[in-house]
Amino acid sequence: MKDLCLKPTREGYVEGILQAGRENSRVVVIEGDVSRSIGSASFGEEFPDRFFNLGVSEQDMLGEAAGFALEGFIPFVGTYGVFLAGRAWDQIRTSICYMNLNVRIAGAHGGVSVGPDGATHQALEDVALMRVLPNMKVLVPADSNQTRAAVIASLKADGPVYIRFGRNPVPQVYSSGEKVRIGKGNLLREGNDITLVACGAMVSLSIEAAAILMEKGISAGIIDMVSVKPIDRELLVQQVGKTGAVIVAEDHQITGGLFGAVAETLARELPVPIDTVAMQDTFGTSGSPERVMEKYGLTAIAIAEKAQRMLQ
Amino acid sequence: MLDNAQMRDLALQVRLDVLEMIRAARSGHPGGSFSAVEILVELYWNVMNVRPGEPRWSGRDRFILSKGHTCPALYSVLARRGYFDPAELLTLRKLGSRLQGHPNMHVLPGLDASTGSLGQGLSIACGIAHGIRLDDRESRVFCLLGDGELQEGSIWEAAMTASHFNLKHLTAIVDRNRIQLDGTVSEIMEIEPLADKWLAFGWDVIIADGHSFPSLEKAFEHCAQTPFPSVIIADTVKGKGVSFMENTCIWHGRCPDEEEYAAAVNEIQGGLS
Repeated sequence: MKDLCLKPTREGYVEGILQAGRENSRVVVIEGDVSRSIGSASFGEEFPDRFFNLGVSEQDMLGEAAGFALEGFIPFVGTYGVFLAGRAWDQIRTSICYMNLNVRIAGAHGGVSVGPDGATHQALEDVALMRVLPNMKVLVPADSNQTRAAVIASLKADGPVYIRFGRNPVPQVYSSGEKVRIGKGNLLREGNDITLVACGAMVSLSIEAAAILMEKGISAGIIDMVSVKPIDRELLVQQVGKTGAVIVAEDHQITGGLFGAVAETLARELPVPIDTVAMQDTFGTSGSPERVMEKYGLTAIAIAEKAQRMLQ
Repeated sequence: MLDNAQMRDLALQVRLDVLEMIRAARSGHPGGSFSAVEILVELYWNVMNVRPGEPRWSGRDRFILSKGHTCPALYSVLARRGYFDPAELLTLRKLGSRLQGHPNMHVLPGLDASTGSLGQGLSIACGIAHGIRLDDRESRVFCLLGDGELQEGSIWEAAMTASHFNLKHLTAIVDRNRIQLDGTVSEIMEIEPLADKWLAFGWDVIIADGHSFPSLEKAFEHCAQTPFPSVIIADTVKGKGVSFMENTCIWHGRCPDEEEYAAAVNEIQGGLS
């Protein structure tokens, strides 16, 4: 746990690919005309030979990445998650996942917390779209330090990895030495009454929610499930076994994302009452990130209220 | 190096294989397989630098079958070229077979990519060409496209990329048989003027007779010399080699019955020297 300095998770992506590029000469970056928006242009400045801006062409970007991977490179493909996971889903399925290629897909602008750009640019279905694909791993880091660590962790993974990050500055939850292990979540806090399972921007809000709950005498545990797929089954079952109730919090549609992953796991392993704070099968809208998140109930207070209601 | 008569016999053998495979599988795509036979034979015997005994050799030329549904022809060519035993051809599309309904590179030696969803192969080929250039290697990359497949927008994204980055080691071949599943290409969704389109996208364009080895040979020689990404528009006949299968969309994806099979085999065998 760290101080509450605010930083967009996308900055961690840029730090991560720069570090990856320095450590591994097989790392290449493929961009789709948003490198100045997500910040990966700095990779192009340091490694001009390994930086390819393909313009506004998501389908081609993913196919090209497959080709690079077939030649032993580790391509990071970055653009807005809604277009990567949506527009190029068939390329990701057939040209990347079916061949189990080492492509790293970086989905920027994840969640309704993107704010002012509005519904078209808020990736709300990307985790679901990526999670259903065989061979795909899905990471949803909570802050920039964890995003950088997720990028580094992905280097050693076998097969494709989707890393989702956000546009809006979020509190730093982790220190700069943070490490991510694919398939592992982080138990941020032990609890006895209820477990909050969160990812991405909802992790720091869950920490706030746990503080609110503590004032009301409720002991909430917090799992940061950065590895949505493969999910950390062991940690989940162990912690939920103690509390017996779960709230899942994510900046994503209610179907198919982290709530789905947690519910699928617990339905088989440890059926307990479970509820969620997520987008309720609806598109987002423009507005400041804070106001938009309030509108859709993605707040610490909403998490705390759901937890209280569940325990009543 | 095979002479012209030997190449012609090989092409007939491949057509016989394709017929037998599709009959054994009770499904498959004869029309587009037959139109691509000479292109594939020319590539694997005369153009590409490959080592069938060492299919992953890094110095090999790469081939991407973007029109993956016509893999029976490619499987036959790979088997006849020595990548695997031709006896395995009859397992096409059967449970447990390495000869999947559309190519799976992880199970069958000699495949450079898994394909089947139309419109994706040219991007993969561009990425491979990019990677090879980044490594300062000399391999060439070939990608076979269907003409109906060119209706996919992603093909033209890749066409822009190849030209923008001047991927001159890349050669695409369009199997222009002018027929797709539902009818003729011009009825369903016109793609002409095709040469003008590729030219406008910055490619070196050459038109060849896709069933003539000398014509194909000349075209591939031209492509090896050009300083641009190149495309051979190969004029072909869908169902080539079996008169009742030629120039009709019915045989895009149909298995012949026993009578049709016998007639087709007869006709192809009649051409063997």
